[in-house]
Amino acid sequence: MNKFEFLALLRERLEGLPKEDIEKSLDYYSEMIDDSVEDGLTEAAAVSAIGPVDEIVSQILMETSLPKLVKAKVKPQKALRIWEIVLLVLGSPVWIPLLLAAGCIVLSLYIVLWSGIIVLYAGVVSCAAGAAGGVFGAAALAGTSHFFQAVLFLGGGLIFVGITILFSLGVNQIAKGAAILSKQILFGIKACFIRKETVL
Amino acid sequence: MDIQLKRGLLDVCVLAAIKNEDSYGYQIIKDMKPYVEISESTLYPILRRLESAQLLTVRSLEHNGRLRKYYHITPLGLERIEAFKEEWNEIMSIYRFVTREENDNE
Repeated sequence: MNKFEFLALLRERLEGLPKEDIEKSLDYYSEMIDDSVEDGLTEAAAVSAIGPVDEIVSQILMETSLPKLVKAKVKPQKALRIWEIVLLVLGSPVWIPLLLAAGCIVLSLYIVLWSGIIVLYAGVVSCAAGAAGGVFGAAALAGTSHFFQAVLFLGGGLIFVGITILFSLGVNQIAKGAAILSKQILFGIKACFIRKETVL
Repeated sequence: MDIQLKRGLLDVCVLAAIKNEDSYGYQIIKDMKPYVEISESTLYPILRRLESAQLLTVRSLEHNGRLRKYYHITPLGLERIEAFKEEWNEIMSIYRFVTREENDNE
């Protein structure tokens, strides 16, 4: 395979991705082949040194962001035939709700995950408010004759300070875990799209 | 080697390859070859990733009547290399612990 054939094949396999991304990839591989040839390789050897196009494509897709990937996949490779359009319209009572449901499930997973985190942070905030209330209450009472109440408020406030610090350390860890988890979900969804590509 | 680990290591290797002077794709692979084999198709996503993370910048310069892309490390990229060196000290001390008994037997 020569350079021209290789680049044409790569362009065909990247079809659907944003034009800018395709051009960048082609520029890179074109430069690579030119530099190899300048270094003494024949064009055919330079092309085969780069490796199989399938591998290049899957590497590029794995780095592409999910919205771009979905858009590229959803875009039809060729113009739809009339009967395909008819089928799509007739089938729309079925496939539109299914698609919406799938989207909603993913969305609700995220919402559940992050609302849990928000609840935990709200707990931290309320403990902090308790701490502030206790300490300020103690300060307000200190000037008056209610000495023992002031000490009680101060003690309660300090306990809340401690709880706030411990709790927020834990919640931060959980939030970090949740961030990793949602990244993995995203990677899983992405892998579904790419695997289909290589099977076909 | 573990894929995630290797991915992170290659990122740092590519940064190290352009640390002292700007370089281009083919040269980066050549410079790394004596130490670690990296294919053209592996390097490409790494460069894109490092660029979008602003660890390096890209500019096109003319060479023999065509354009060649040169990669330039940013201060953020240099920081990444330094962070790697520090992490590595920790890993080396774990390694010494793991191989401790083997050395004792010699």
